[in-house]
Amino acid sequence: MTAYLLRRTAFLVVSLLLAAAVLFLLLRLLPGDPANSLLSVGATPDQIEAARHQIGTDRPLPEQFVSWLGQLATFDLGESFVSTLPVGPEIAARLVVTVPLTLLSFVLAVVVAVPVGFVAAHKANTWYGSILSGVSQLGIAVPVFWVGMLLITVFSLSLRVLPAGGFPQDDWADPVKALTSLTLPVVTVALVMSASLIRYVRSATLDVLGSDYLRTSRALGSSFARAMWRHGLRNAVVPVISILGIELASTFLGAVVVESVFALPGLGGMLVKGLAQHDYPVIQGILFVSTLVVLVIGFVADLVQRLIDPRLRHSLARNAR
Amino acid sequence: MSVEQAVIGAPEEDGAKTTPRHVSRSVTLTIGCVLVGVIVLVAVVSLFWVPFAPEDTSGRRLMPPGLPHLLGTDKLGRDLLTQLMIGARIALAAGAGSVLLGGVIGIAAGLAAGFATRWLDDVVSALLDILIAFPTLLLAMLVAATQAASLTSAIVAIGLAMSAIVARLTRVLVKRVLAQDFITASRTSGTSWPRVVIEHVLPNIWPTLSVNLALQFGLAVLAEASLSYLGLGAPPPNASWGRMLQEAQASVFIAPVGVIAPGVLIVVLVIGVNLIADGFRDVADPTRRRRR
Repeated sequence: MTAYLLRRTAFLVVSLLLAAAVLFLLLRLLPGDPANSLLSVGATPDQIEAARHQIGTDRPLPEQFVSWLGQLATFDLGESFVSTLPVGPEIAARLVVTVPLTLLSFVLAVVVAVPVGFVAAHKANTWYGSILSGVSQLGIAVPVFWVGMLLITVFSLSLRVLPAGGFPQDDWADPVKALTSLTLPVVTVALVMSASLIRYVRSATLDVLGSDYLRTSRALGSSFARAMWRHGLRNAVVPVISILGIELASTFLGAVVVESVFALPGLGGMLVKGLAQHDYPVIQGILFVSTLVVLVIGFVADLVQRLIDPRLRHSLARNAR
Repeated sequence: MSVEQAVIGAPEEDGAKTTPRHVSRSVTLTIGCVLVGVIVLVAVVSLFWVPFAPEDTSGRRLMPPGLPHLLGTDKLGRDLLTQLMIGARIALAAGAGSVLLGGVIGIAAGLAAGFATRWLDDVVSALLDILIAFPTLLLAMLVAATQAASLTSAIVAIGLAMSAIVARLTRVLVKRVLAQDFITASRTSGTSWPRVVIEHVLPNIWPTLSVNLALQFGLAVLAEASLSYLGLGAPPPNASWGRMLQEAQASVFIAPVGVIAPGVLIVVLVIGVNLIADGFRDVADPTRRRRR
């Protein structure tokens, strides 16, 4: 396990370096000069040169990359072109909204999807089993921002029970107020996420229900509940855990879009604004932090999966990756 | 098997079970074809005829459904039905374009990666993992940000992000086929590698791959809608369903059709494609049929 942990950590670090390189190159290779965003239309060549020098894009690419990596190592994400404020602290402040939104949605989605997915598999041949599957089929086809719009229409504009958007100025000083603002966004993300989770849980449960070991256990006299608990759950949970990692990552990204619908001052709102203003340090910083989050989630999911599944810890390990 | 599926990241892998058993496969396929067929038909018709010119703002603003504007007008007085019909074209173009780009790059890269061994294999699969960690939507935003937002930039971004997913799936599938005895047999009897790929590898991976590409089509449609909603998709006068939704959001009570219709059409198209994928899975994959 220690050897694996070391190898996986090394992989994480290398991934992060490569991701930084990809991000860096993409932003530099794509047409469009970052210096342009500092200038107004009709700037003289001298002004362009000065702007380039100011943000350092007149230096050779490798030198720029190394100096950016150096900054990253000290958690310095640079300064916004527009507000000239450091990007790092701003991102940290925005995460106060995005992280709770992501985690709450994720927990709600799991709490809904696990029992529903199980029932949908266990009762696959009944009418309500079919309905559950149908609803999850519908759920994966719905754009997440549209769900948000519909929920706003019903709960904020018609029933007037929940705010249509925004977030308290003083963040979490008043937890009840903050949670009220987050209710509709959380439900929006969770609804869409649970639809795809239900399909995974259902599929994993069906695998278990059709397995020989479950039949053997039943034949040996275990009740259905006991057989499921002793053997079924342990087997079904393995594929679901690795999916949970991917789902958590996509919940985080789903949150970025949903924040725009509900005008939440999170990472998504910051990114959309940065994009509109061609504020490269902001875009670069957010994308780097997002990729970091996604990679770390994958890292944790892999470790948890290994802790849970003894088969992975042994000989199969290489093939499984 | 289940671990490998998790790695591929496709629950649909096992999708024989994702629809209730008593619903016959052909019914799923038929419904899917009808849903997609309707959208395709609308898109084709829009090439030759639309009720009004897309830039025609002569109608009153936010008119309710009626004559002459069958579904009413939007906040600029443009005919809603016209916008929806053009939107069908854009959604299909986004899906098809992304899948074509992502499929070609992904399958080529995946085939190459499938043949890589030892450290090269490790490097390639690590690279693919990293590319996948790079979120589709963010990548698309990046591409859209550095150039002017357009349908092409959206397609390129979605297609590139998709290619990593397709490449990883292809790599796993290729490895699985290459480990089979018939490949060894074919090689021993003197077949060259390129011929092995064409005659044995591609036909064997195609069923799973094509189903996955169909699902990716649906995801691409959703991604394009999200981008357009955020203002990073096709610019006006191209009416993307996502942008229509964004524009109609403020007037949901005065003109509810503008908020409902584009959303419903997106859902119809994506469900249709998913159903076709589900239905096609069993038709195309004889091993799965036998197992049932």
